[in-house]
Amino acid sequence: MNKIKVNLIACLSFFALSGCNDESTVSLDEHSVIYCAEGSPETFNPQLVTSGTTIDATSNQLYDRLLSYKGEENTLTPALAKSWHVTKNGKKITFYLRKDVAFHQTDYFTPSRTLNADDIIFSFNRILNKKHPFHFVSGGDYPFFQNIELNTLIEKIEKINEHTVRFHLTHPDNSFLANLATDYAVILSAEYAEQLVKQQRKSNIDTYPIGTGPFKLKEYRIGSFIRYYRHEQYWRDPVKIEQLVFDITPSNTGRLTKLLAKECDISAYPIAHNKIGENKSLTLESITALNVGYFGFNVKKPPFDNKLVRQAVSYAINKQVLLDTVYKGKAVLAKSILPNTSWAFDDSIPAHEFNPVLAKSLLDTAGFPQGFTMDLWAMPVQRPYNPNAITMAKLIQADLNDIGIKVNIVSYEWNTFLNRLSLGEHQSFLLGWSADHPDPDNFFSPMLSCSASNTGSNTTFWCNKKFDSILQSALQTTDLNQRKEYYSQAMRIIEEEIPLIPIAHSKRYQARNKEITGDILAAFGGINFYHIDKNKKSALSAKKIKDTTIVNQINVGEN
Amino acid sequence: MKINHVGFTLRRLSLFIFTMLVLTLLSFSLSFLFPGDSIINISGAINATPTQLIEIEKHYHTDSNIFWQYLTYLHHIINGELGISMASQSNIATEVLNLLPATIELSLVALFIAMFVGIPLGFIAAIKQNKTTDNIIVSVSMLGYSIPVFWLGILAILTFSINLGWLPSAGQISLLFEIELITGIQFIDILLSDSPYKWQAFSDATAHIILPACVIAVAPATIFIRLARTSMIEVLETSYIRAANAKGLTFRQMIFRHAIRNALIQIIRHVGLQFANLVTIAMVTEVIFSWPGIGRWLIESIYQRDYTAIQSGLLVLSCFIFIVHILTDFIYAALNPLARGNKYGS
Repeated sequence: MNKIKVNLIACLSFFALSGCNDESTVSLDEHSVIYCAEGSPETFNPQLVTSGTTIDATSNQLYDRLLSYKGEENTLTPALAKSWHVTKNGKKITFYLRKDVAFHQTDYFTPSRTLNADDIIFSFNRILNKKHPFHFVSGGDYPFFQNIELNTLIEKIEKINEHTVRFHLTHPDNSFLANLATDYAVILSAEYAEQLVKQQRKSNIDTYPIGTGPFKLKEYRIGSFIRYYRHEQYWRDPVKIEQLVFDITPSNTGRLTKLLAKECDISAYPIAHNKIGENKSLTLESITALNVGYFGFNVKKPPFDNKLVRQAVSYAINKQVLLDTVYKGKAVLAKSILPNTSWAFDDSIPAHEFNPVLAKSLLDTAGFPQGFTMDLWAMPVQRPYNPNAITMAKLIQADLNDIGIKVNIVSYEWNTFLNRLSLGEHQSFLLGWSADHPDPDNFFSPMLSCSASNTGSNTTFWCNKKFDSILQSALQTTDLNQRKEYYSQAMRIIEEEIPLIPIAHSKRYQARNKEITGDILAAFGGINFYHIDKNKKSALSAKKIKDTTIVNQINVGEN
Repeated sequence: MKINHVGFTLRRLSLFIFTMLVLTLLSFSLSFLFPGDSIINISGAINATPTQLIEIEKHYHTDSNIFWQYLTYLHHIINGELGISMASQSNIATEVLNLLPATIELSLVALFIAMFVGIPLGFIAAIKQNKTTDNIIVSVSMLGYSIPVFWLGILAILTFSINLGWLPSAGQISLLFEIELITGIQFIDILLSDSPYKWQAFSDATAHIILPACVIAVAPATIFIRLARTSMIEVLETSYIRAANAKGLTFRQMIFRHAIRNALIQIIRHVGLQFANLVTIAMVTEVIFSWPGIGRWLIESIYQRDYTAIQSGLLVLSCFIFIVHILTDFIYAALNPLARGNKYGS
């Protein structure tokens, strides 16, 4: 009797620990990918933000654009628009839409029709027209489009027929098509919006998203995870994986641990590159990203409303030490906000060298011989342009302490940080910018223009009329040399006025299990999971490789 | 005897109510002690428009005297209105209800591990008093008691998750499994769910709980070892054991029929006392293992200066620990009639 009992218990515990059907475990795991992300998205509509974390989590996963980029030259290629036509004067642009593009079918919405011109008009009019019923639904801020002043550029959008729309521009603009291909210019569903109006739940449009993208939202728990399922009726080739989970893990070491323990398949912004390189079942990928990490000042608040103070701080910081410690040498020292890979970069711009003596004398001239106390806001998350803002803040604290400036380091949860920053509650801050498209204007206008300071995306709140008019002139000319000259002038103004101190241009890194195939990273903008697949065969061989890794490690230990 | 029962229960309940009042007073005063506006600290509405703010002030009776404000606050708590989080702007009561079960689940599993390992070891040590086995058990328990929990947690992750790859390092369950939140206790939710991957989910959740629960269990287990040892030694020296011995019972019979039962009664009341300690350890462990419980949430709230969440979180946690204490007191009293005469709570 006792023996039977023992057997029963053994069976039950085996059952509980191993599961009754191994096949289904394999299939669930085989078709699912877990991505360890560094932060929670603020919203599910990329039109509303400039935060890279949100763009990564939403834009390419949930939505499509009229156009997109292709290849290393980043040429424009058709997406939802199968073709387009620009008139000779550059003021009328006609898009011919694809037919049979299906929207997501979810628990909260069942589409009755495919994509048509109404959806395009709805998506853009929401941004442009202040009287549009959805304009103010999530606060009425569309930072990217307001920065590029899309509302003054587009005169009207006309519906030619069900699958043709025409944009009428007030003046020709070189960057218009490029802007329509960015991660922000997503197409929403007008039919879903109508349903929400009827249900009186308009704000759901940004929290329960409906798009045409490769994945649809199933579940989101703030600070914890996002669960996406594949969009079965996707208009391109079918999506290969069934489930995509964003595991939100803000800590660097947490993501590394999960990656090494196989709890996530792909990890954003990995640390310990050597450790990952040693592990034969993992791959470390990098891509040269168009970005800049910087130390910015709120020029509306004392003492940083004083140009001399900003210059003093700029001379007091040892950028090389920041680069070696924070970026581990895997970034380029920034001379200006424009990376040296950009065609408009001008090498002749003088950079501020580390010079504490000059810094001290500038501080004396500015009227602060005894120094002062300031707050420095450091980002709580890792971004490609700044992998560890807290460490950077501590190094800056030490540097500034030498010239008599006492620094308090302040940090908030990422969304709170960005919100408070855009409200201008800070004195100084560490942040950065990743380009959305290859045009150099994308560095200047969204970061430092007057219109960006009004929307709160230029968090230095610096506004310089001369600088703005140079940017405008640069956009209207088609002569490349002329444009280059304009941007060179703009860089000199920044160098003189120091609304921010550019620190580094870095690479973007990502680590993944070898069983995951397909490209995810792009030089600019967010990540894209459409192409990924999980290869069981390579998973099996990876398992074998893992065993040999352990053997190797033991050998290393013995040596 | 019956009056004794009622008296005991009433004494414990009045102690509970009195302590809860003191706790709410403390939590209420925190909103004035934290930096910033007290009405925002208590309601969490940082982005309120002026009209909304007037409404909130009316809701909290800020125009009345402080006593009336406190009564209003009590009224809100009793109705489950804990305000909204300053950081995420979500309802704190809902968050607490979602997170507290995870902490209870983890603490309970840890408590059971600690009991099932600690108590028998303590008994063995007592029976083998002053022999090598006893010395080994006592030394190991001292070692276990002195190890800081965060270090042990990291060591466990390094060994069992990263190097050996046996157990997962973070979370309650793999995110691949879609388990609907019903009770908040993961294992029950899995059993209630209609997922085709139910059993995989169950085994996955089991694998996830092993490391954190074992790490939490170490400290209370060492205490149980020492308690069980002392209690058993005391029992073995009593006259009824000597009488049993004289009756001619074998040592085995003596231990199983008499000693263990009597020694256990002493331990049970300490189990409750250990629970508070255990929850504290669990809070630290939740951070290390990313366990989605109230401890991690509370520590994150402190980091984000989310005052509303800190106030309510502390109140809920202390209330929970106090309830556990009272429950153990009742269980102890039920098992040991002599204890019902005690005038004061322990």
